[in-house]
Amino acid sequence: MGETMFDKIWDGHVVHREPGQADLIYVDLHLVHEVTSPQAFEGLRMNGRTVRRPDLTIATVDHNVPTTDRTLPIEDPISKKQIDTLSDNVEEFGIPYYGMHSKGQGIVHVIGPEQGYTQPGKVIVCGDSHTSTHGAFGAVAMAIGTSQVEHVLATQTLVMPKMKTMEIRVNNQLPVGVTAKDLILGIIGKIGVNGGVGYAIEFTGEAIRSLSMAGRMTVCNMTIEGGSRVGMIAPDETTFEWMRGRPNVPEGAEFEAIVEEWKDLVTDEDAVYDKVIEIDATELTPYVTWGTNPGMVVPVTDNVPDPSSFATELEQESATRALAYMGLEPGVAMKDILIDRVFIGSCTNSRIEDLRNAAAVIKGRRVSPAVQAMVVPGSFVVKMQAESEGIDKTFEEAGFEWREAGCSMCLGMNPDTLSPQERCASTSNRNFEGRQGKEGRTHLVSPEMAAAAAIEGHFVDIRDWK
Amino acid sequence: MEPFKTMTAKVAPMNRVNVDTDAIVPARYLKRIERTGWGEFLFYDWAHNSDGKLNGDFVLNKPEYKDAKIMVVGENFGSGSSREHAVWAIAQAGYRALVTSSLADIFHNNCFENGVVPVLVDEDTLNMIMENTETIPGYELTVDLESGEIYDSEGLQAHIGVDKEPEEKDISSSDQQGAGIYSEFVVHRDNEAHQFRSYTLQKGLDEIGRTLQQEDKIDEFETKVRGDLK
Repeated sequence: MGETMFDKIWDGHVVHREPGQADLIYVDLHLVHEVTSPQAFEGLRMNGRTVRRPDLTIATVDHNVPTTDRTLPIEDPISKKQIDTLSDNVEEFGIPYYGMHSKGQGIVHVIGPEQGYTQPGKVIVCGDSHTSTHGAFGAVAMAIGTSQVEHVLATQTLVMPKMKTMEIRVNNQLPVGVTAKDLILGIIGKIGVNGGVGYAIEFTGEAIRSLSMAGRMTVCNMTIEGGSRVGMIAPDETTFEWMRGRPNVPEGAEFEAIVEEWKDLVTDEDAVYDKVIEIDATELTPYVTWGTNPGMVVPVTDNVPDPSSFATELEQESATRALAYMGLEPGVAMKDILIDRVFIGSCTNSRIEDLRNAAAVIKGRRVSPAVQAMVVPGSFVVKMQAESEGIDKTFEEAGFEWREAGCSMCLGMNPDTLSPQERCASTSNRNFEGRQGKEGRTHLVSPEMAAAAAIEGHFVDIRDWK
Repeated sequence: MEPFKTMTAKVAPMNRVNVDTDAIVPARYLKRIERTGWGEFLFYDWAHNSDGKLNGDFVLNKPEYKDAKIMVVGENFGSGSSREHAVWAIAQAGYRALVTSSLADIFHNNCFENGVVPVLVDEDTLNMIMENTETIPGYELTVDLESGEIYDSEGLQAHIGVDKEPEEKDISSSDQQGAGIYSEFVVHRDNEAHQFRSYTLQKGLDEIGRTLQQEDKIDEFETKVRGDLK
């Protein structure tokens, strides 16, 4: 019987396997950021341990960094201390570092691929749940906690039981106006926020094959919102073309040779997944979340659901609580919901393609006077590229703020936050209570839908918006 | 890590499903670089009113659940971010075990790393424990990892571990863009991996130390498979 891509990569990284125990697997790339690493480095020091493979480790600062003028000092002393701690730690342990003033700085899940570290066939870990992003290249990429960060730093391995496999096959092509973001929101809406727990998910099918690398990263990024810590897509010509010529990627004949190896990673035709889910792309629409988890989502053409329409008492209670938090009444058309803020950014949707798509929507228009809108590029490289294309001007002329790279208002660890009761159309990944700021209200959408909502001051259906 | 074999303790209820790690510890508190002092941030925005004062209506603030060392929680607890701070907050607020029908993957792993025992039970058992906790004053549970069982003085006794296969749900015909709660997707837990984890919890072992005992195998992998042993 054949093997799945996940099986091939996982089994190829087993350092030690014993019946009745979790596998010890080797880690090819460890990405580190300032929030989930200080206690891990402290643990190393306390036990007199060192970093086994600093050459397979990359660090950056993204969660805490201000997105305003970086020549100014960081105002929040606790943020500053966390950032300074990482820069001290990488110096002490000799880890390559994209610091706040580096031309390679950015969100860890944007710069990994951008700098060519993310490659097919690798096992990639990071103390961040959106590590699944890197699976878009045909890697096994997964989130780990701080104790495991320390474990990987010390041993370059991870103790982990192997997951089961799930195929999510997306047949046919996405309709015009329906993006990768809508695809993954639609999937989470169907399988639920715990539908993928215990599984490594491989996305396959015509709609997936047609996605750009940015789109594939968006899909894999939000796999964790469906409960699975691994999402992956087989590498193909789209992948190879995207990677060719990047830093840290082999060149010339060496590149052609490694591409041949990467082609062998794909799931064998006779491989069997533990579970298969099929989705028809033609049934998907632009989506908007209405509640406080990414599974609470409806097509933009729908209304806010009535809690009584849910099947179980627990679901009804959850929906009631979510609507109270969100300040929404059942039956209100999603398109009639007025917004105060728009955030275009995050590891889900801050790549150059995302910014181009959003800019195309707003070109020559003005942001509604009732809305404060901002764009936070995923990395310094994305920002420079956008500025060379004049995208920054398109946004600024429309009334958007154009910021420095970082996680920003996806989770509001830096000064970019919602005020209580402020309502935001956001291209980020989580609409949890308080995620973008205490008592803030988040609606997840695609970059195109966020851009259009900024102009109109409420959600619109991008498919028929003129 | 403190070993865990058996414990009888008061139970507190968190009767919500899909409780995410942003609720357990809001992101704005993650800037601290310390490993201790996280207990006060547990469920901060639920435990406090908008003015920052303690919310007396929040269940875990109620005097009857003071001194609880076990929390019974709704399914898919700990979803969202990988922040281990969430488990640190639970442990440092005094809880040593979480009883539920399913935990989010990363959070589940983080529990083991910190000696917080994830006690997975089937849904019926969970419902019974939740009801007992909410209705019986001073309700206590015993978690016994050696026998792999939990029990109370009301006659409840159940095995720890949810080993049944998730049932298929025909989502293609689902017209409900639901709240994301499908009880059919019960977490499958590999029984062997569960036993292994139970063993390390009982011994209170340092996982890094264990792995470093296998350093020769890591060297061998780097030599033979990667060809880049440093």
